[in-house]
Amino acid sequence: MTPRDVPEREPFRLASGGVIDRTRSLNFTFDGKAYAGHPGDTLASALLANGERLVGRSFKYHRPRGIFSAGAEEPNALVEVRNAARREPNTRATMVELYEGLEAASQNRWPSLKFDVQSINGLMSPFFGAGFYYKTFMWPRKFWKLVYEPLIRRSAGLGRAATEPDPDHYEKAFAHCDLLVIGSGPAGLMAALTAGRAGARVILAEEDFMLGGRLLSERLAIDGKPAWDWLRAVLTELRGLDNVTLMPRTTVFGVYDGGTYGAVQRVADHVPVPPGHQPRQRSWRIVAKRSVLASGAIERGIAFSGNDLPGVMLGSAVRSYLNRFAVVPGARAVMFTTSDDGWTTARDLAACGIAVAAVVDPRKEGIETKGAGPWPIFAGAVVKEARGGRQLKSVIVRDERGVETEIGCDLLAVSNGWNPTLHLTCHLGGKPAWQEALAAFVPGSVPKAMAVAGAAAGHLTLPEALEDGARLGAEAAGDLGFAASVPAMPPAGGEESASATPLWWVHGGRAAAFVDLQNDVTTKDIELARLEGYGASEHVKRYTTLGMGTDQGKTANVTALGVLSELTGAPIPALGTTGFRPPYTPVTWGALAGHHRGKNFRPKRLPPSHAWAEENGAVFADAGLWLRAQWYERPGETLQQSIAREAAVVRRSVGVCDVSTLGKIDIQGPDAATLLDRVYVNKFSTLKVGRARYGLMLREDGFAMDDGTTARLGEQHFVMTTTTANAGKVMQHLEFCRQVLWPELDVRLVSVSDHWAQYALAGPRSRDVLAKLVDAPFDISNEGFPRMGAGELTICGGVPARLFRVSFSGEMAYEIAVPARYGDAAIRALMQAGAEFDITPYGTEALNVLRIEKGHVSGAEITGHATARDLGLAGMVAADKDCIGKVLAQRPALLDPARPIVVGAKPVDPAQSLTAGSHFIPIGAEAITTNDEGYLTSVAFSPVLGQDIGIGFLVRGRERIGERIRAVDLLRGHDVECVVASPVFYDAEGMRTHG
Amino acid sequence: MRYSAFALLKNGLAGNRGWTLAWRKAEPKPAYDAIIVGGGHGLATAYYLAKEHGVTNVAVLEKSYLGSGNIGRNTTIIRSNYLLPGNTAFYERSMKLWEGLSQELNFNTMVSQRGILNVFHSDPQRNAYARRGNAMRLAGVDAELLNRDQVRDYLPFADFDNARFPIRGALMQPRGGTVRHDAVVWGYARAADERGVDIIENCEVTGFRIEGGRVKGVETTRGYIGAPKVGLAVAGSTSRVGALAGLRLPIEAHVIQAFVTEGIKPLIDHVVTFGAGHFYVSQSDKGGLVFGGDIDGYNSYAQRGNLPVVEDVTEGGLALFPSLARLRVLRTWAGLLDMSMDGSPIFDKTDIAGLYLNCGWCYGGFKATPASGEAFAHLIAKDEPSDLIVPYRLDRYRRGAVLDEKGMGAQTSLH
Amino acid sequence: MRIKCPYCGERDVSEFTYLGAADPKRPDPAAPDAESAFFEYAYIRDNPAGPMAELWYHGGGCRSWLRVVRDTRNHEIESVAPARPEGGRR
Repeated sequence: MTPRDVPEREPFRLASGGVIDRTRSLNFTFDGKAYAGHPGDTLASALLANGERLVGRSFKYHRPRGIFSAGAEEPNALVEVRNAARREPNTRATMVELYEGLEAASQNRWPSLKFDVQSINGLMSPFFGAGFYYKTFMWPRKFWKLVYEPLIRRSAGLGRAATEPDPDHYEKAFAHCDLLVIGSGPAGLMAALTAGRAGARVILAEEDFMLGGRLLSERLAIDGKPAWDWLRAVLTELRGLDNVTLMPRTTVFGVYDGGTYGAVQRVADHVPVPPGHQPRQRSWRIVAKRSVLASGAIERGIAFSGNDLPGVMLGSAVRSYLNRFAVVPGARAVMFTTSDDGWTTARDLAACGIAVAAVVDPRKEGIETKGAGPWPIFAGAVVKEARGGRQLKSVIVRDERGVETEIGCDLLAVSNGWNPTLHLTCHLGGKPAWQEALAAFVPGSVPKAMAVAGAAAGHLTLPEALEDGARLGAEAAGDLGFAASVPAMPPAGGEESASATPLWWVHGGRAAAFVDLQNDVTTKDIELARLEGYGASEHVKRYTTLGMGTDQGKTANVTALGVLSELTGAPIPALGTTGFRPPYTPVTWGALAGHHRGKNFRPKRLPPSHAWAEENGAVFADAGLWLRAQWYERPGETLQQSIAREAAVVRRSVGVCDVSTLGKIDIQGPDAATLLDRVYVNKFSTLKVGRARYGLMLREDGFAMDDGTTARLGEQHFVMTTTTANAGKVMQHLEFCRQVLWPELDVRLVSVSDHWAQYALAGPRSRDVLAKLVDAPFDISNEGFPRMGAGELTICGGVPARLFRVSFSGEMAYEIAVPARYGDAAIRALMQAGAEFDITPYGTEALNVLRIEKGHVSGAEITGHATARDLGLAGMVAADKDCIGKVLAQRPALLDPARPIVVGAKPVDPAQSLTAGSHFIPIGAEAITTNDEGYLTSVAFSPVLGQDIGIGFLVRGRERIGERIRAVDLLRGHDVECVVASPVFYDAEGMRTHG
Repeated sequence: MRYSAFALLKNGLAGNRGWTLAWRKAEPKPAYDAIIVGGGHGLATAYYLAKEHGVTNVAVLEKSYLGSGNIGRNTTIIRSNYLLPGNTAFYERSMKLWEGLSQELNFNTMVSQRGILNVFHSDPQRNAYARRGNAMRLAGVDAELLNRDQVRDYLPFADFDNARFPIRGALMQPRGGTVRHDAVVWGYARAADERGVDIIENCEVTGFRIEGGRVKGVETTRGYIGAPKVGLAVAGSTSRVGALAGLRLPIEAHVIQAFVTEGIKPLIDHVVTFGAGHFYVSQSDKGGLVFGGDIDGYNSYAQRGNLPVVEDVTEGGLALFPSLARLRVLRTWAGLLDMSMDGSPIFDKTDIAGLYLNCGWCYGGFKATPASGEAFAHLIAKDEPSDLIVPYRLDRYRRGAVLDEKGMGAQTSLH
Repeated sequence: MRIKCPYCGERDVSEFTYLGAADPKRPDPAAPDAESAFFEYAYIRDNPAGPMAELWYHGGGCRSWLRVVRDTRNHEIESVAPARPEGGRR
């Protein structure tokens, strides 16, 4: 933007007044055109100051729309703010704090905001009524997918989302307080002040960027002074209290269980780009012992013909623009009010020098005198119609005799009473209650520990708000043990009664009367819904889409009930209201997610050898949160060659693999063995000290849960290993057994997964490598430390270690554990010691090859669908003891011999390859479900066999060794004839582990 | 009245005064041949009872307004991408019924077969999806295994370059998609009503009249209504309503949250599930991204959730689609689930003659609506299950023939 | 939701893992009707709408299993105690 694009000054800005900073100008653009406003402006007020009233197009009929409100309830003025990766669609111009360089654009229009081709939809409105799409687009049938559906889907939405990753950051934070005050109007301020003075920890959250609520927008007096002076004094005092935290730009969006409140703080939305190290927004979970809801109220409109034209505005919004922003939202105004409150608006307009062409009030009694001012009064009359093209030009006033008068104007202020902003009271299931005197819903049942003050409670006057706030603030503090007293109330006033004699709907007029401005729901749509039986309030909403827009019907829902009440003759409370759910206003997705995205979506767990593995060309794979070396790349090798080389070296000489990621649980106590006997299918009480045993544990429903080796290091001391994936789950399970099932057992558990670095050293030369590291006098000879031996020792001259002679690879193998801090040193020492034996690190791929060759089941088989019997491990189940899952594993369907059981399979033609996830289909049978006999779970190319092998589950598999079967993969087009084999493809006798 | 473009035109020109009630606001009669409790699957059940079995003297009782239950609170996804044979066949039947439903009901239910992609992130996950995809293909269900580049073509805005868990591919069911949930309610209600079924809203069952081991009728907030056959289709409340008849069931009530963003121009063209966290999403015809994730994970009848799951689900969403961070979440809501102990639904007779069960839908209820209605109608009319729902009988738990898609065992919070 | 762990104090629910009803007791595996009793234990749920005794695991804290009485209609927590009965070993 260049300076000469900036207009000299804003033509619709008052010369004085308001809480804007006139000493500074802020440049911004809307649809590419340059404008200027001031600090303290919203985008809406700055646009109005510049005379821009056409801001957007409606969803369905693309009708021209302007600025209807001055707050969170805005249904019309939705714009895209910022651009490219920071583009934010559907942003309410009334809530955007102006900043230097702001770029905004209108949405849902083509080719331009002023001329929108799709506004032709409006002409079709007789055929596009509520739910029309449910009645058509059905024939010809194939047109649905080809023509109708694409057409419907293309018309979705208003603004455009960004398509590049958001460059900004978001944070999450927790806060705790005694009292959370929501809203900083007179009620909220008094609550915060009273509780704060008493010493309670108070958080005052305000969604606006300025504190003060409606005090900012009104010409009121407190204590004989302008309310702004009082506000300044209160804020000064609150800022001086250490126990009070003021949080402007913070929306409390939801109430959750246990006194938890969700809030989002817009830390840097009022600057072009968040400053260094600052998040754009921060989402808070505020835990509060008490809360005071002082969220105010939202003014209502009236449904009449053309009520959606730019220039039709809520009376309260008109006052905000005049008094807070010093902006004239029109040059010639008409006031349409059903409440004395409307007269205040007329007076404020007149005070700002704006011609008030008429005050139209459907009430009659005493209106002429009470509402008197420098304007013609139309008592007992209504605005029947608003007229204009892209902007309001005139209104047709109809008096009680039916006489119509056209009055030229470019601003129509509408006041029809107030709806308390009670959304948060409904989040825990509270239902609003209808209050006839107010003709509005007020909070009914409210969440525990919440109190509602001021306009939010239906107490619309300033003295009531101040008194409510003070009293409820004192009560909350008092309940929590603080000595709080209600201060003397300053005399306050200067306002008219805000209670209304509501008028929901004015019939007649050429254009539609809109109820939900954003979604273009008209009174006709509600009539139609009722005619077709969709008259229940929830049905109206769903059938017409009323209240489903980004504003959630804040200005529409109650009006719709009013219209419905008129149609049905039923009183509003009998029609019911829809409850409100979080969030109160839309919340940025990024704020809810915080930092947890991209690489930081979840933490990374790195095993102790990670740095060493990186140095050695490891390619890593995710195993849960762990990064494990998948294979070690060497120049010139293909992936398959690398894996084959690593596996071959283990079979030939020796390899080393980091297995630190396995869960490790230290189990100690007199009853340690008893616990293990009850948890594992096999016995551990018989395990000798200094030995390890493979164990399988079941869930109580009889299906396998996890497996691993557990070693007995002492009479009362075991160390269990679990699979990587189930480390946490098994720990939780064991604690459950110990604390809940068998509290009488004297046994303690500690997870030591992170405490020990553990390496598998596998291959015929593994002992030779180990021998170079083990400190004397520990005997690792085959006799001194036989297969399944376990012991504690030191290595490398005093480093404590644990040694287990267990094998997953089928070779003579050890697992050696050292305290994690020695993990890096240990892998380097092992590699150095093994250099003369051509030691090779191997990754999870080679590990997988080796275990498939040996038919060891792993996570691919223990998926929670298989019993011990299915895994071919029925023989492990000890007959002479109970264990978890043993009883239910005996259910008839689980003993059915036709259940698939683990087998091996290899292609008849060794040149053919297998894919995991293939299903077993008999030779010659059709590939359909009824012929499905099982599936392959794990496959690998076996270097020792020179072909692909696999293990999987096959119906009656163990009886069918040697038979032929097809492994069919329809997804990838494979159909491979296989031989059913024992799952143990290599060294079936297990001789190699004996060393 | 028949719906058509012509009817729209004709009525539009006549000021839209000629439309009639979509369904009658029926008052309960003293007795019916059959009562279906629950205005979700119950509507479909009543429709098929009338259409397939000629049983038209039927009442559907709904405790609140029609569509107030799970059928109007779900995320509208339809799919038949199941692993286990019982589930695959059943949900595929449902898919087939969805495919002709708008014409069948003369009500456009907006069946949108935009395709569902289950994204995966590791070799073991790919193998599991391959097994599942092949099981689908063997059952005659469409399935494709996409590689990373193919996924990129479908989901250009997904995180391919900076993800903690890189996308490796996806299992896709092209016929999966979404349906407008309210239209399903109203379409079935209107079509059932046309065949003589009474749809009775704001009518809550408060008790059962059972004599000599036979059901005689139900007590309701609108009085006693007699019927020799009563079908329960009240997923989310099955334990509560069942307890009135003395039933104890393998079900826990849980809460699941759902989310929708503000409406945006078309961005995500398919239904997508994330494989490294709990998140799935589709874009509605109004432009909102409708998404969800895991259940809150504790027993609840409160129909509302808490922030930990809100955070978990939104995290998963941005991990998959990082450009969505600046969108705003417009509304969150929650539904109550019948979480069955193996994660699959239950259809059966009960020990009380004439009382039938349709429950345990976990989060698979909406997509099942047509097939569930069809099968439940068969069960009620014939007093025996059709082949399709034999695997769903109650005794499967006792026998060990569980249908546990996820392999999580008898812990509902993990399904 | 917040749970007041008897050992750690009041904590956000995200520190805890839920299991389910606390009252069902693991049956005697040696009893003649063991299979039926285990079926009930593993699969059948009272699933009350109202106060319910349930088991929560404080995995993000002290690793205690807790017996929490919570109203399933409104999530209000009446009491929290160690699941391990009085006299059990700590």
